[in-house]
Amino acid sequence: MEAKGERRIRVLLAKVGLDGHDRGIRTVARYLADAGMEVIFTGLRSTPEQVVEAALQEDVQVVGLSFLAGDHMTLAPKVIEGLKRHGLAPVIVLGGVIPQGDVPALERTGATRVFLPGTPPEQIVQFIRSTLQQN
Amino acid sequence: MPDLKAELKRWQEGTLRRTLERSPERSPGFSTDSGIEVKALYTPLDAPADDYAERIGFPGEYPYTRGVYPSMYRGQLWTMRQYAGFGTAEETNRRFRYLLERGSTGLSIAFDLPTQLGLDSDDPLAEGAVGRVGVAVDTLADMETIFQGIPLDKVSTSMTINATAPILLAMYIAVGEGQGVPQTKLTGTTQNDILKEFIARGTYIFPPEPSLKLALDIVQYCFAQVPRWNTMNIAGYHIREAGADAIQELAFTLADAITYIERARERGLAVDEFAPRLSYSLGCFRDLFEEVAKYRASRRLFARIMKERFGAKDPRSYLFRTFSGSCGSTLVSQQPLNNIVRVAMHALMGVLGGHQAIHTACWDEGFAIPSESAAQIALRTQQILAHESGVANTIDPLAGSYYVESLTNEIETRAQDYLDRIDAMGGMLKAIDSGFISREIQESSIRYQKQVDSGEKVIVGLNRFQEQEDAGQSSAMELFQVDPEVEARQRDTLSAVRAGRNQASVDRVLAQLGEVIERNENVMPVVIEAVKAYASVGEITAVMRRAWGEYRSPVYI
Repeated sequence: MEAKGERRIRVLLAKVGLDGHDRGIRTVARYLADAGMEVIFTGLRSTPEQVVEAALQEDVQVVGLSFLAGDHMTLAPKVIEGLKRHGLAPVIVLGGVIPQGDVPALERTGATRVFLPGTPPEQIVQFIRSTLQQN
Repeated sequence: MPDLKAELKRWQEGTLRRTLERSPERSPGFSTDSGIEVKALYTPLDAPADDYAERIGFPGEYPYTRGVYPSMYRGQLWTMRQYAGFGTAEETNRRFRYLLERGSTGLSIAFDLPTQLGLDSDDPLAEGAVGRVGVAVDTLADMETIFQGIPLDKVSTSMTINATAPILLAMYIAVGEGQGVPQTKLTGTTQNDILKEFIARGTYIFPPEPSLKLALDIVQYCFAQVPRWNTMNIAGYHIREAGADAIQELAFTLADAITYIERARERGLAVDEFAPRLSYSLGCFRDLFEEVAKYRASRRLFARIMKERFGAKDPRSYLFRTFSGSCGSTLVSQQPLNNIVRVAMHALMGVLGGHQAIHTACWDEGFAIPSESAAQIALRTQQILAHESGVANTIDPLAGSYYVESLTNEIETRAQDYLDRIDAMGGMLKAIDSGFISREIQESSIRYQKQVDSGEKVIVGLNRFQEQEDAGQSSAMELFQVDPEVEARQRDTLSAVRAGRNQASVDRVLAQLGEVIERNENVMPVVIEAVKAYASVGEITAVMRRAWGEYRSPVYI
């Protein structure tokens, strides 16, 4: 629970690329919102540039991306590099259908955490809270 | 027999209660996956026999509850239609031949996202997606490769394609022509169900109105020119996968169908001219009896809509012919071999539900494009059911089960309620536009997730019976990998085609397409000319984008 007067956690969620499967990210959006966070969802088919722009404008502490079409190795690094270029260092969480074998490479690129299929959404809420508290 | 009602009461308050006092039921209540309350016992009171003629009837006769054909699987088994298509056209061709050699009886193509969204493989937006979730098709040359050595008069092909369906169908027609197979002999299906893209799958390009126009162009063109083609596969499967429950899946599928039928009639087609060429698809989820009841209810409800609402006379218009398959969202990454058992249940629901074609998922498809051995197990699962289990030996074997008949009635009633609400809103387009449909699905999806969180819904390996060492997936699992070179090879193929074609005729036919759109005529004939000139999917779609613009969906959380 957040202390009184503390700013609400702001989270940007995005579907980057052409994939239209948004059930997972919308579920996460609902759980984060129910946990008191401010959630901005940019909708389907956002480009990496649009996500970076939105992260700048909305001044978010967390960026969450969902991939279910196997294009995470191409697109996630583009978003992460774009954020870095603009001097942004949000917590970056990835989810969707991402094989375990790709996780180390994504973390090296700068993803804070990759959530694998079957992760209870509540776990994502807890992760975001505890990571932001540590910082 | 004494009064059944009194007898039931005697049993409940005597025999059953005495047992429950000693050891209560293992749960305070029971319900189906979609939240329909399930009683301890069903009797003829729940499914009165005097309903038989009106509600149940005979296979191949109105209201088709027992099946759309008189002999069902005793005449011919269902089509075992496995979904394939990945990487390049050459690889897809090899996978198709592999499946055909092993007794698969129908082909089903998955296209990559750029193809589905009208982008060429060299488009910057396509980067990372070429050949990923399906095969990349840029020009007719790719389609020619996919079907090399596969005579189109000997196979039926189902294409999962929607927004760009006119272009891919045009290519299929052109491939047939190249093989000497006339359009009149082609059999297969284009999914061509654009409405569900707006509510569930997200693969739309244009706004709803021009999108509907394109879908109906196929219906109208095929009625006259490709008479054996199933012009639309109106899909509930994706609606279910987006989080809908069984009742919403059925209701929204029918609401989509009603919209298409109304539009086709507005074009001057008589309902009996095109309705027989519409087919449907529903998902196979988890709850065996609920799913079977859903399939039975869908046939009856649809037949009534066709007869009473649309006044169809041709019995073929009443048939809710279905292609159904495993809902991928029921598969679990933890202890993944358990998925083989889940998929066998999907196939069993499909067979007990009387589908015309069934797709079984591969146990590993949650991680990657299925490996060859996983694809073989998925097909063998259907063959074991068909040839070893005896379930295909009589028609609609669950009919007469008090429980299944009662569930069938309940699902029909609840789906009809939704249809009435949608009508009251002014139809499905309005219901979609207002966000009603998305919100209803979203609420179901969240409800389901909360039940998983609380453990009320058990998912073996995920929230019960977990293995500690199971870290999502076994490292020993052999996963099929899409060759990272696919994207470069596909771009090279496209450049070679562009270099070798007559650019002047491409430009001419694309200009003609623009004029046809301007005059609001059927685009099919000119799109066929365009693909024959080797115009690409991206080039053809660009002409349409210029005329109609692109749709951005409102976001609901």
